[in-house]
Amino acid sequence: MEQYRLQAIDLTKVYEDGKKGLVTAIDRVNLEVKDGEFVMIVGPSGCGKTTLINILGGLNTATSGEVLLDGKPVQGPGADRGMVFQGYSLFPWLTVQKNVEFGLKMKKMPKAQRAEQAKKFIDLVGLTGFENALPKQLSGGMKQRVAIARTLANEPEILLMDEPFGALDAQTRVVMQELLADISKKTKTTILFITHDIDEAVLLGDRIYVMSRRPGTIREVLDVNIPGVRSHESLVLPEFLATKKKIMDMLWQESMDAAMDQ
Amino acid sequence: MKNKRRYINVEHLLSFICFALIIGLWCVLSFGGMVSELFLPSPVAVAKRIVELYKDGSLWANCFESTARVVVGWFWSVVVALPCGMLMANSRKFSAFIQPIIEFARYLPVVALVPLTLLYLGIDETQKYTIIFLGTFFQLVLMVCDTVSGVDANLINAAKTLGAGKWQVYKEVIFPAALPGLMDDFRLTIGWAWTYLVVAEMVAAQNGLGYMILRSQRYLATDTIFAGLILIGLIGLITDFLFRLLTRIVAPWHERLTDK
Ligand SMILES: Nc1ncnc2c1ncn2[C@@H]1O[C@H](COP(=O)(O)OP(=O)(O)O)[C@@H](O)[C@H]1O
Ligand SMILES: [Mg+2]
Repeated sequence: MEQYRLQAIDLTKVYEDGKKGLVTAIDRVNLEVKDGEFVMIVGPSGCGKTTLINILGGLNTATSGEVLLDGKPVQGPGADRGMVFQGYSLFPWLTVQKNVEFGLKMKKMPKAQRAEQAKKFIDLVGLTGFENALPKQLSGGMKQRVAIARTLANEPEILLMDEPFGALDAQTRVVMQELLADISKKTKTTILFITHDIDEAVLLGDRIYVMSRRPGTIREVLDVNIPGVRSHESLVLPEFLATKKKIMDMLWQESMDAAMDQ
Repeated sequence: MKNKRRYINVEHLLSFICFALIIGLWCVLSFGGMVSELFLPSPVAVAKRIVELYKDGSLWANCFESTARVVVGWFWSVVVALPCGMLMANSRKFSAFIQPIIEFARYLPVVALVPLTLLYLGIDETQKYTIIFLGTFFQLVLMVCDTVSGVDANLINAAKTLGAGKWQVYKEVIFPAALPGLMDDFRLTIGWAWTYLVVAEMVAAQNGLGYMILRSQRYLATDTIFAGLILIGLIGLITDFLFRLLTRIVAPWHERLTDK
């Protein structure tokens, strides 16, 4: 049997909502992420993407099913699964440097080593010179750069990202996507990235899981074959457009079905 | 930046005008002979009285005694309320255990507890501290709980996925994130502590501003009553100022709406 970095087996989450009764957010989701792979999950808003990634990250518990990291079941959050959230989750009282050092401090890494490691990742995200800035002095894009550096500095087994660029303006978003594509190539970090943006999914992913509307299930898995380095120029390649069309058709079908149901 | 500076000056001016108006009204009422000296002593009489108190040494002694009582009573209330409130915010079980009794105690009038404190604790300083503690503790616990519950869950989640353990989350995230709010809670409760001071000095006290005011009532020394009130108000203003300053020092990262 092939060993996966991360594996989700039959994950189901049923919320008990006071008003609506039982709400099935995700239903028997299975997925695998291989070592060094950049995997995308794309699905319409409200289909259970955040629920899924929070279960993988240990911030939420599944009603049934299992999460395996390197073949071993995991429970609760841990430094082995780093997360980057849509909302800026920087610690506002810490400088950029101290934010990036946070996980290392939790691990009780010695001060000097901590500083050096943090510098390396601040440099990787292009924020050298901003070490002593406070989060409130940074733009949205810069904040997410810090969040990425903070998570990567911790050297997690896998990086879980929940619509990390969703709150950014279109131009900044493309810049950040290119940065992330570059980081993934340089560091060979295994990444699972969630989005509702089809362009983003096709631009970044080696493989894409397409989710159905709620209750979220995996509808299809696609391999992405786009030649060359992924950048804004990839957005007009025929391979890009072909894959984008396929996903659009699937999601279009989903919304048609949703409309028919009502 | 320039704009901001000017703005602050306008605000200071407005505060000053408010005080000036009140003192002006006071002058008109007393010098104009509209209210008898017995009920409303003139500003000059009160000022004279303050100078007298200063000269005979009782001004500092009384201010010091009262401030010490307020600070000690309030300090214990902070020391106990802080961990209690934090636990309440983070443990449903602890909250279920303690919340009802706190809500119950919160409504008990502190004045009504004076006889019991005298019976249990006698007439020494501990009884005074206890009154101030009782007056502030139950409110403060709930305020701390509220402030701590309001800490952004995103920050706590981020810390957990960065490998922070339970204690580390408290120490490295919840406490610093809540600090500006907690400073506000502390500032408000020390204000209330001053209002309970008079209750604390009502019985079996030989000194203090509250005692001074109560005793003056017996001799109809309204000038002394006014002097005492003004002194308490001034100490309050200074305390408030110090707290705001301290908040800026311990949480310089904190943005307030009024800063913008
Ligand atoms: N704590 C919760 N209690 C009840 N329902 C929830 C809760 N969290 C999410 N849901 C519901 O589950 C569904 C999926 O939510 P979510 O995972 O946030 O979707 P997405 O991230 O894809 O937009 C939504 O319909 C949402 O209303
Ligand atoms: Mg979401």
